[in-house]
Formats: sequence, C-alpha cells, structure tokens
Amino acid sequence: MASTGTSLHNRRKLVNTIMASLTSVCALLVTLLLLLIIGYIAVRGISSLSIQFLIDTPKPVGEGGGIGNAIVGSVMMTLFASVIGLPVGIAAGVYLSEYGRNWYGNIGRFVADTLIGIPSIIVGIFIYTAVVLPMGRQSGLAGSLALAVIIIPIVARTTEEMIRLVPNSMREGALALGAPHWRVSWNIVLPAAASGIATGAMLAIARVTGETAPLLFTALNSRFYNYYLDQPMSSLTVQIFNYATGPFEVEHAMAWAATLVLVAAILVINIFVRTLTRKRY
Amino acid sequence: MQNKISISNLNFFYGKAQALYDITLDIPEKEVVAFIGPSGCGKSTFLRTLNRMNDTIPIARADGTVTIDGENIYAPGTDVVALRRKVGMVFQKSNPFPKSIFENVAYGIRINGIHSSKSDLNHRVEKALHDAALWDEVKDRLSSSAFGLSGGQQQRLCIARALAVEPEVILMDEPASALDPIATQKIEELVVELKRDYTIVIVTHNMQQASRVSDKTAFFMLGKLIEFGPTYKMFQNPDEKLTEDYITGRFG
Repeated sequence: MASTGTSLHNRRKLVNTIMASLTSVCALLVTLLLLLIIGYIAVRGISSLSIQFLIDTPKPVGEGGGIGNAIVGSVMMTLFASVIGLPVGIAAGVYLSEYGRNWYGNIGRFVADTLIGIPSIIVGIFIYTAVVLPMGRQSGLAGSLALAVIIIPIVARTTEEMIRLVPNSMREGALALGAPHWRVSWNIVLPAAASGIATGAMLAIARVTGETAPLLFTALNSRFYNYYLDQPMSSLTVQIFNYATGPFEVEHAMAWAATLVLVAAILVINIFVRTLTRKRY
Repeated sequence: MQNKISISNLNFFYGKAQALYDITLDIPEKEVVAFIGPSGCGKSTFLRTLNRMNDTIPIARADGTVTIDGENIYAPGTDVVALRRKVGMVFQKSNPFPKSIFENVAYGIRINGIHSSKSDLNHRVEKALHDAALWDEVKDRLSSSAFGLSGGQQQRLCIARALAVEPEVILMDEPASALDPIATQKIEELVVELKRDYTIVIVTHNMQQASRVSDKTAFFMLGKLIEFGPTYKMFQNPDEKLTEDYITGRFG
C-alpha cells in the first residue's frame, strides 16, 4: 500500500512539473512574440525616425517627408470615433446587462456579436455607401464613423460582461437604501465596473488605431495637414500602407518608422489607461 | 404596543413554486422580532417581502397584504423607492459599495436628498457611524476604502449606511452569520441598542442569537409559519411540537 501511494504521489508530482513547465514555456513564447515584433519594428524603424519625420508631410521621393499630418489625422479620427462610439457602446452595454433580459436585449446581444465578427473592410464599404456617396467626397468624418461602428459593439459587449461581474448584492444594497434603479446603475454599478469597462474601451481604441481597411474608402488620405473633418484625412495606417507599397527603399524605411510610431502609440494608450483606472477602492 | 407591520394571508410564489403559505403575523413597533427555521423555509423570502426586495426577481409574485403604518405596500401605485427608504435592510453578506467609508454612509443620504448642507451631511454620517458603534474605529480613515475594513466592521458599516437614511424599520438577513463570535456579539449588542428607535426584524440561524436579541420569535418551516410568540415562551414552552423539536436541535 505504502509503495503504491508513493508511486502515485511521484507520478502526480511529475505530471504537475511537466504541466507547469509546459504552460510557463507557452507564456514565455507569448511574451517573446510581442518583444520580437516590437524589437524588429524598432530595429527597422529607428534609423528613419527623427523629429523632422514626425512633423513633415509626405513629399516626393528623395526629398524626405514624414507623417506629421498622418499622426494628426489618426489622433483626430480616433478621438472623434471614441467620442461617438464609447458613450453609445457603454450605454448599450449597461442596457444589455442591467435591463436587457428580454427579447430586445437578446437581439441586441446577437447583433453586437455579429457586428464584432464583420470584417472591417465591409464597415468601410458600408460607410462609403451611407456617408461618402451622399457627401460627395471622402472625409475624416466618414473615417471616424467607420471606426465608431467598429468600436460600438466591442465596447457594448465588454461593458456588459464587466457589469455582470458586479455582485448582485451591491445592487441590492443600493436598492435597499431607496435608490431608484437608474441611480444604482449609474453611481454604484458603473463605477464598480469602471476599470473593466476602461480596459474594454482601451482595447477597442487600440484596435481602431490599427485599422486600415475601413479608412481606405472613407477618409482616403491627404498629403497635407488637415484639421477639418469634412475633408479627406490622412492616417498613420493608410500612410504606412502607402509607404510600404511604394517602389522605393526610402519609402519602405519610412513605413517601418511610421509603424514604430503607431505601435509605440498603442503601447502608450495601454499604459496610460491602465494607470488611470487602477483600482482605487 | 402598537403594530408597525401587519401581514395577512400572504402567499408568495417563484414562478409556479409556492414559497410562502398564507402567512399572517403582526410585528409590534420598536421591538425585535426574530425569524427562525431550517434553511429554505422561506424566512429570507418573507423578510424580503417586507421591503419588496423580491420585486427584483422577475418571476416572483406576492398576494395578500402587508401593511406598514396602515398602508398596504402591495397596493398598486405604491412608491417602492419611498418604501425602501422607510424599511432599511442589512444583508447576510456585508456589501459595501466600492467607495470610501464616508461615501458609503453618505450615499443613501445623498440620493434621498436628506441633508441640508455639507456640514449637515458630515454630521449625519458621523451620527450614523456612532449609532452603528463604528465611529471610533474609522474616524481617522473615513476617506479610505470600505473594503479595507474587517468583516465585522464592514457589516456595521452596512448598518450605519442603513441607519443614515433614517428608516423606521430595519430588516436584517442573518447579519452575523459570516462573522466571528466577537463581531457577532457587537452586532447583537447593537441590535438591542437600536430597538429603542427602530422596529427590527432579524432572520437568524442561530437559536441563541434569537433568544438573546429578540422580543418575539417566529418559527417557519417549509414556507409556513408554524408558531409565533414571545421569545421566552417559544424557547421555554412552545405550543407546537415542531417548534420544540427544532429548538432543541432534533432537526434543522
């Protein structure tokens, strides 16, 4: 008996060690993958990176050029898309989790899931037909709307999931004090889920910052600084696409540098939101 | 002693399943009434009918009447929000909000607009914490998180939060079941203390607790009220055999 017990014990220990090593190797792989990508981009991109590059607009090959207008365009369109998409998405998520246990909520949930799965280029085509054609030209506004369409379902679903994690006892505690339902949702449930919702919002923003396809048809591109949303607007991703598909080596180098800027920006957004939403209570 | 709450012929259903059968009971003003009975006997469900907390469950349905100060709270047009302000509740598991200690107590005051000024608000928060016997332990860290408090302190914070909105009745659903003996003793002392100003209904699994804190005890089984009477009588000389069996620990 004793020997069987020991061998069983040893076997368990062995299996445990193997599993622990296996998972930790995979975890390392994931981290390495990210570091490799960032490292590769940094190595390829750093040589063309300069202050001038960050300020300049694209120029004919051989005369330098940069991504200043693309940065401004990306920031403006992402911001405007967030301004539209985040409130709508969060409010929809609140509805789905707090009130949406009915047929209407089920439809909303299904539609949001489907929207998340739609390839972003189709969103671009949709906005092209719905906004660009009636307006008669591509514009930053159309680009922003396309990005907002991508943001809304992601934020709605993550908000819903995060709010569902708020224990029901907390809602009951507030209701028992004589708080009306909407106030419970607004100033107990939402703050309790805030850091999770912010993470979801951040993921959505990071996702659209890297979108190219929906902007190709909608915002198009611009070679100049443009601060007007009703005009075609440049963006980092489309600019990278243009540089990368150009025939010249200088252009490819600039694509790498622009990629580095984009990845760094997404990283900064991540870190910034994470510090901002650190749990205070 | 005047009756604060009168329940008559109350039946309660979760969908098709009946949870309470024809309950009739009077709860006198400024006394402590304990509900005892085995798990699943409906005592918590019954407690939650008294502030219509069961309304949050879509399939729940009550019929019969529950009158508080002469008004049927199940009458159409009853303002549930106002009802819950009048009938406060403390839950089995302490459920502080993810806010500071001060804000936890201030929340109910704010949403009901009870305070007249900032200093009045401070005063009310302090008083509620005093009444819940928590002030001395938290006065130096009002702005820190409520989650930093111990389990017993959190539960007293929840009591303070309930007191702050100036209810007339306080419902307590096994308020000490998750606490250690010392914290439990504090809650019990508090209940006896609060009786001077409030009508208290307390659900408990702990027989000694019921005998220590309550004036009257109601014994439930399988959704039925088996016996209701003065606590000393229930524990010394109950009318019903079932009550005696339960209290002496023959089942439950």
